Amino acid sequence: MQSSEERFSNPILGLLRAAANALLVPLLAVLTAMIIGGIVIALAKGDPFYAYVGLFQGAFGSPKALSETAVWATPYIFAGLAVALAFKGGLFNIGAEGQLAFGAVMAAWIGYALPGVLGIDLPAIIHIPLAVGLGALTGALWAAIPGFLKAYTGGHEVINTIMMNYIALNLTSFLLNAPMKDPNPDNVIARTPLIAESARMPIIFEGFRLHWGFLLALGVAFLIWLLLWKTTMGYEIRTVGANPDAAKYAGINVKRTIVLTMALSGLLAGLAGAIEVTGLNYRHELGFSIGYGFDAIAIALLGKTHPAGVVLAAILFAAMRNGATRMQFLTQIPVDVISVIQALILLFVAADAIIRYIYRIRAREERVVLTRGWGG
Amino acid sequence: MTIVLEAKNITKQFPGVLANDNVDFDLRQGEIHAMLGENGAGKTTLMNIIYGLYRPDAGQVSVDGQPIVIHSPKDSIQHGIGMVHQHFMLIPVFSVAENIMLGDETTRYGALDRKTVAQRVRELSHQYGLDVDPHALVGQLPVGLQQRVEIIKTLYRDAKILILDEPTAVLTPQEAEDLFRIMRELTEKGVSIIFITHKLKEVLAVADRITVMRAGKVVGTVKPKETSEKKLAALMVGREVILKVEKGRAKPGAEVLKVDGLKVHDKRGLESVSGVSFSVRAGEVLGIAGVQGNGQTELVEALTGLTHSPGGQVWFAGSDVTNRMPRTITETGMAHIPEDRLRHGLVLSYAVADNMVLNTYYLPPFGVGGILQPKAIDANARKLVQEFDVRTPSPYVPTSKLSGGNQQKVIVARELSREVKLLIANQPTRGLDVGSIEYIHKEIVAMRDRGLGVLLVSAELDEIMALSDRIAVMYRGQIVTIAEAGKVTREQLGLWMAGAHPEGLSHPHT
Amino acid sequence: MDWRRFGFIALIIAILFSVVVLIGKAQISPLIIITSMMATTIAVATPLTLGALSGLYCERAGVVNIGIEGMMLAAAFFGWLAAIYMNTIFLFAPMPSLIVGVIAAILTGGLFALLHAALSVTFKVDQIIGGTVINILAVGITGFLNRQLFFEKGSIFGGNVPHAPGVLPRIDIPILADIPVIGRIFDQQPITWAAILLVFVTHIVLFYTRWGLRTRAVGEHPRAADTVGINVFYMRYANVIIGGMMAGLGGAYFTLESVPSFEPLMTNGRGFIALAAMIFGNWTPFGAWAAALVFGAAQALQINMQFFREAIPPQLAILQISYVVGLTPYILTMLILTGIIGKNIPPAADGQPYEK
Repeated sequence: MQSSEERFSNPILGLLRAAANALLVPLLAVLTAMIIGGIVIALAKGDPFYAYVGLFQGAFGSPKALSETAVWATPYIFAGLAVALAFKGGLFNIGAEGQLAFGAVMAAWIGYALPGVLGIDLPAIIHIPLAVGLGALTGALWAAIPGFLKAYTGGHEVINTIMMNYIALNLTSFLLNAPMKDPNPDNVIARTPLIAESARMPIIFEGFRLHWGFLLALGVAFLIWLLLWKTTMGYEIRTVGANPDAAKYAGINVKRTIVLTMALSGLLAGLAGAIEVTGLNYRHELGFSIGYGFDAIAIALLGKTHPAGVVLAAILFAAMRNGATRMQFLTQIPVDVISVIQALILLFVAADAIIRYIYRIRAREERVVLTRGWGG
Repeated sequence: MTIVLEAKNITKQFPGVLANDNVDFDLRQGEIHAMLGENGAGKTTLMNIIYGLYRPDAGQVSVDGQPIVIHSPKDSIQHGIGMVHQHFMLIPVFSVAENIMLGDETTRYGALDRKTVAQRVRELSHQYGLDVDPHALVGQLPVGLQQRVEIIKTLYRDAKILILDEPTAVLTPQEAEDLFRIMRELTEKGVSIIFITHKLKEVLAVADRITVMRAGKVVGTVKPKETSEKKLAALMVGREVILKVEKGRAKPGAEVLKVDGLKVHDKRGLESVSGVSFSVRAGEVLGIAGVQGNGQTELVEALTGLTHSPGGQVWFAGSDVTNRMPRTITETGMAHIPEDRLRHGLVLSYAVADNMVLNTYYLPPFGVGGILQPKAIDANARKLVQEFDVRTPSPYVPTSKLSGGNQQKVIVARELSREVKLLIANQPTRGLDVGSIEYIHKEIVAMRDRGLGVLLVSAELDEIMALSDRIAVMYRGQIVTIAEAGKVTREQLGLWMAGAHPEGLSHPHT
Repeated sequence: MDWRRFGFIALIIAILFSVVVLIGKAQISPLIIITSMMATTIAVATPLTLGALSGLYCERAGVVNIGIEGMMLAAAFFGWLAAIYMNTIFLFAPMPSLIVGVIAAILTGGLFALLHAALSVTFKVDQIIGGTVINILAVGITGFLNRQLFFEKGSIFGGNVPHAPGVLPRIDIPILADIPVIGRIFDQQPITWAAILLVFVTHIVLFYTRWGLRTRAVGEHPRAADTVGINVFYMRYANVIIGGMMAGLGGAYFTLESVPSFEPLMTNGRGFIALAAMIFGNWTPFGAWAAALVFGAAQALQINMQFFREAIPPQLAILQISYVVGLTPYILTMLILTGIIGKNIPPAADGQPYEK
């Protein structure tokens, strides 16, 4: 109980202690998941120690590895922030995948087709922000639909965002197979043409793929933190998330806040897609976006829905994905084992009671309500 | 007289509270033994232990002199113990018969035998004078009948010991009388009853013996003849209690709230307020009496903008606020202490300081240009914590960690620290300890004397009578009458609350 | 279930059927088209029906289960794996292999459900997040094992997928299946028949037995159930596991009845649509089945339309795009959840952990 007073008397010590407390359970969750993952690797006749060494080397062992980890982390940060922000507003956005896909499709179209449509060459200073901005906006609009349905009809956002993932997958399949398909006669893949040079985000260091999108992601994470805790809009989002009845009593427009929160969440997911296109792949290909939705949920929960936590969790997940290739090279364990480990991490983070039980840690914080039932 | 139930040295620790501290209690054959104590004194905990819902940390329960082991309600039911809980343990979407047989079902060829159960329910109804239709859906029965279903449920399981937890909280004084008659009838037929309450008058009226609990301990067992309301109150609270609220004559001023023909629907879309009209003047307390569920909740929600009203008008401080947004109404100068403070009044996970700006966070000095101002929020919190005597280790403790009384003070502080013209207080003292109740009563009278209009809604008749200058009685969505507080008796109000038509009094007007 | 819902369901099914009939009638007689549509509808509704029943047992006991998708996916994989093992390693005949596969699928569903029950009942994890964990875990495990066992060098099947022992044979209902043309409707595979049977069984269990009364009590007001001596935790565990086994049987449909192969992510959202069917059926078995049939019809439309792609008139050109036709079940789900066809009332304690 004294902790909050302390935070005021000695800010640095208090902050460190708070950070240690906040990190303890997630770190133990990661550790436990890695141990079980090691058992799985051993069962698959691999050497777990060797595998994890490979994983670490692949993720952090060289400048190139570091750069690639940051490249992987970029969309994870955006998508993780998207899910985390929705959680703060009491909404479970399982639809980051679809929002991301539409953000990517729009950014790609702006990137390869807009100059032709307008009949002018766009300078990079306009073309890049336009592609990224409109991509993000597309994600926002796509996410605003389930937000609107939740606010005004009571249709539960969990099922609606899932349904919209499938709709997005079908629609983008159609777009990438027909009107937006790369017309190159050799191409058999469902993908767009390459975007114009002027729409490509510059890389940071010559020779590495790391692009400015990573720094943008860190900046956006900071902005989301400011939004949530330093502005009245953030207060409204959090209040609606923590207790919608009290929010209504407090005079907050609950319905509008729900739509806004979903739109902001979709904006972040759309950014993830748009930046993958403009910063890394320079086109959108069907399948690029698959799996991001679930990863984003795991990252948001592992990061305790806090922007700083999301950044750390995203980097961890990115490191695993990036290092897995070297791990497979060394031990012949398929990279898919990472999915199992990540699922276990999510399991232990979600059910922190299990971790507390295993390591005999007493609960410090209140149980936070993240989602609500079907009642409407 | 033989002792049918005995609890010895019962101790139960909850995180942070010693709910039962070495408690002894016994119940004699055929008596009504009242258990008196404030909210949180540990009465319900003790009963839940006897009934098997909690396991005691120490102590022993005996029935008919034999020590028994209770792991779950199943065991206590087997030993003839039945309990009617304060919040009914009934399933609204089940029929009476289904509710009664649940856990002790009769089946034929593996299928539920609803017919046989209904027959048995009818028999029990006749035997104890508890008329109820076994096929009715429980959710559609009035609370008085639901309570009978609960009693039949225990008798169906051959209960010889009956625990009634705050059974009169939801009843009119006349319904309570009826319940007391049933209780006496049951004791004549050999049932022994433990009657839990915090209402002094009832205890003196019905009990054979009275045990008083305070802060987890038994502080005494007395006979009604040897005690008085005043003595019991002192025993219950641990100090002399002023049972009367000190207040002078009201000096009513101009009308601040005028309600005309207001209609409201409840969540199911049924009309729960059917065209009520009244007004509140500055400097007076208008009390709305009535048994819970007669439209008071919906009325207040409509007045404060939380619910849409399909008909009628509300004038507040000179402007029409019918169906305006809650924020508009708040800004016009209405303060609202909501009925369900945990649901509407507070965000429990927020710090006390954040809850103290729940409806002003966007206004200067707390929010300037969309940016929160932590310094102003902090200063406000420190000021209010001191002014309203909120017991909290710091303004940054999550509000969930505070006691019920202090949580309510956070709301009162927030609402009354603004410039307001009218206070709507809905069940402002429900579930609070005597100290907090006294404090809030004093605040309400102080507000009145400062020239605010006060609309007080309460199911506690004593509270209504102690604070109000005028009393409106609500029954089935209508205001039966509005009377001068000094000119009506408890009994008269009780009759109106039960739907009797006022005679000799003029029809409700402004 | 109210008549408005059934009316709506009948209307949607009628519309979906008429679209196919109107487009295909120039080539094939409407009776044959309708028969084919009906037969397909009933068959493809099977995993949805079982998924909805799975949700029904869980939610009637007060546990929200959005992990049905994952349970079905895992069951589809392990059921299929068991059948292949039996057939190729232990050299069982195809039929016994398939039966072992179905049993393995049911057990897999039950096992994942046990995890869900532990998370939501014992550890009181937010149930929607618990379900999401199940889904992600199922994707991870099936993806990993699928690759590890079949596509890696040195793996047990030597890097190639062995032939599965086929799919479960059709069983026809003696007299009805002999009716010319429409007899085809009564000629279905065993899991389909089981699903229909389970709809009736579930109805009886829920509303006419002690188990059902207690299950519903636990889902409506667990504390009330506790006060009359019902073990809330036990009832919730048991029902969630029963529900998981239903989902497991639904998973078996994909790899042992529909096609004899497994693909990652092959359940394709059917578990979620099943949940929507349960909600639209207002948490009743017959309602859920009816809603599952609507989604089945939408899928049957997509399947049957392929035969008539050339016959689609130009003004309906949009129907030529299979991706667009494929959206029907998803859009239908969202439409239904808006509550325009009537408010859905879940069990009162649905999704809330019980704290003693």
